[in-house]
Amino acid sequence: MSGIELRAMLELVLAGGFCGALGFWVVSERLAYGAESLSHGLLPGLVLAGLADAPLLLGAAGGAVVAAALIALAARDPRAGTDTGTAVAVTGLVGLGSLLALAPDAPQRLEELLFGDPLGVTTGDLIAAAVLLAAGGGALAALHRSLVASSFDAAGAAALGLRPTLVRFALLGLMAAAIAVAVQGLGALLVLAVLVAPAVAVRGHARTPAAAMLGGGALAGAAGIAGIQLSSLAGTAAGASVALVLCAAAAGGAALRLRV
Amino acid sequence: MSTHAVVAEGLAAGYDGAPVLEDVSFAADPGRSVCVLGPNGGGKTTLFRALLGELEPVAGRIELSGRPAYMAQTERTRLDFPVSALDVALMGTLARGRWWLPPRRAERAAARAALDRVGLTDQAGTPFGELSGGQRQRALLARALVQEARVLLLDEPLSGVDPASAALIDRVFAELRGEDRTLLVSSHDVESARAFDLVLCLHGRQVAFGPPGKVLDRATLESTYGRELIVLDEAGPARAVTVQHHDHGHEPEER
Repeated sequence: MSGIELRAMLELVLAGGFCGALGFWVVSERLAYGAESLSHGLLPGLVLAGLADAPLLLGAAGGAVVAAALIALAARDPRAGTDTGTAVAVTGLVGLGSLLALAPDAPQRLEELLFGDPLGVTTGDLIAAAVLLAAGGGALAALHRSLVASSFDAAGAAALGLRPTLVRFALLGLMAAAIAVAVQGLGALLVLAVLVAPAVAVRGHARTPAAAMLGGGALAGAAGIAGIQLSSLAGTAAGASVALVLCAAAAGGAALRLRV
Repeated sequence: MSTHAVVAEGLAAGYDGAPVLEDVSFAADPGRSVCVLGPNGGGKTTLFRALLGELEPVAGRIELSGRPAYMAQTERTRLDFPVSALDVALMGTLARGRWWLPPRRAERAAARAALDRVGLTDQAGTPFGELSGGQRQRALLARALVQEARVLLLDEPLSGVDPASAALIDRVFAELRGEDRTLLVSSHDVESARAFDLVLCLHGRQVAFGPPGKVLDRATLESTYGRELIVLDEAGPARAVTVQHHDHGHEPEER
């Protein structure tokens, strides 16, 4: 096992640990389409960061903010409907990102931005993932009871003095932060796997939200390690291998639930 | 502050500035029970939302003795969400603030005591979605009890409930009135309204308010329910039932 592979595993354990836990709320609150739209829509930000030789995290964060604003704007058109507006905005952003990435001056290869390169993580990426796990995990812990009450019964939560809309905004903020960090390893197209697949795998087997979050985080980390090993053994692309292991775990978890 | 637990004066409430409920004026003292009658879309949920502070009154004013507790219909909860009956009761402690911290031992004890009071001691660890309809209503009642509110708003608490659960819920209501708590209970059941101290009839506006003996006459019920009313005994005073159209969707139900 090389040092590069160990760093990739560490990145996936740190970022995956948080994304896998957060994924329970992404799935519970039916935000998977929103997460996919956001992760795809931030591609121009990633490419611009590559062109400017700036940290990709900065580009991902900026791209996420612009994508969220554009998606929100497009989705407001009642004539087209929310889904259609979102689809048009995201397709436009992916097209713009591809156009920029295929420009002759672009140093970053398009496939790395789309499918990720966990073997190329820097020390800065590792620090960002560790901060995400610590700060994001702390935020999830603080929001836990509000999230549980709001998800279970929004009207009842409001009557308890909570603000379900604010809780949802906080969740969206955490989701954007998770995508901006995890996109370094898995790229704009595959990052959704680490957010959604662990939650799908464990949700039907957990008796509490906390158990589902812990299980999702652990599964995401384990899938990251397994994916890098698979990539090393089979000589396949690292990011895609991790995503495939994650999706296989989701399929296995769902199948086990169906049998039960 | 008056001695009343709940006061509404000239209340109008609605959505996006357009009132769907107008001219509501009533008051209830501590220890009194009020049955809120009305058809779907009559304004029952809008009244509750205004009392909970979720809707700013378009006109008039509301006065309440503290933050009210609210018991939602089970149809508005998520049965696939992994929480136990104890978790649901514990949610009631969020009304005391401290939402960012885990529940304290005393709060856990209060939640267990509330479950005990509604007869769910043995089901504390059972997932909410695996409880029977009546048990779910009782778990939601336990969540409201934990809040220790002076005023409780209960949204059709006996709808679809088995007789044993209904008897237990009725018993708890009687105990709460004995503790000087004020109950506002929305219902479709005209006949059950006779057991309350007061009846408030709504149909987009207040049709009537007062003791059941004075309010539950045929003319008032026809004004409240219109064609949804079926009179059972044409010769009697006002024995009647309503045609129920349960709306299991979410707000705004009353639009």
